[in-house]
Amino acid sequence: MKILYFASIREKIGHAEEEISLPPSVAKVGDLIVWLQKRGDNYIHALADLRAVRIAVNQEHVKLDYPVADGDEVAFFPPVTGGSR
Amino acid sequence: MTVRVQREDFDIGVEIAAIGKAGNDVGGIASFVGIVRGGTGADAIGAMTLEHYPGMTEKELSRIEAEALERWPISASLIVHRYGRLEPGDNIVLVVTASRHRQAAFEACEFLVDWLKTKAPFWKNEETADGGKWVDAREADDAAAARWSKKD
Repeated sequence: MKILYFASIREKIGHAEEEISLPPSVAKVGDLIVWLQKRGDNYIHALADLRAVRIAVNQEHVKLDYPVADGDEVAFFPPVTGGSR
Repeated sequence: MTVRVQREDFDIGVEIAAIGKAGNDVGGIASFVGIVRGGTGADAIGAMTLEHYPGMTEKELSRIEAEALERWPISASLIVHRYGRLEPGDNIVLVVTASRHRQAAFEACEFLVDWLKTKAPFWKNEETADGGKWVDAREADDAAAARWSKKD
């Protein structure tokens, strides 16, 4: 599974992407976040406030209860701020 | 129906002229150009850098465009969104819609602008005296996007 991080979440975690083997405990996006948070303070800090975290699986917006599988591309990022202000 | 994500600037006149030639059923063209706003005093904005999610950005903009096409009788549309470093006065985004009649073109254009602001994966990082600062999403943008949500 490929995991991507963007913008402020990328800065807090410290890298833009990583490849992981899907852990047995992970069935949904929410499980993946719990698993990632056990990996270090940088993950806890970056994913602490889930109201400020947006998720995409295979480049589509999804919610925490969306299922994930090995081979998926999962991305975590803050609320988007494109367009003009 | 075209979507482009690019570092380079765009020529508004050239883009609108091309949409006008998209078919012989075009009766009106609406457009929106977003530019980097400057400002003075505490509110002053210097340059900014736009980061995006290559691949998803194009897909999301295409999905938004497809949604507009489903809701309004549009003959042609174009979304061009820039990324990279931009300065006050620079173009950020161009949305153009063409239709037989003006109302569909106006409404579809506004819809595209509202939806791309809350759905397309772009993030602005402003240059300040203290270094880069990520721009927070605005609740007003969510409200603007939500008014286009379909009622069940």
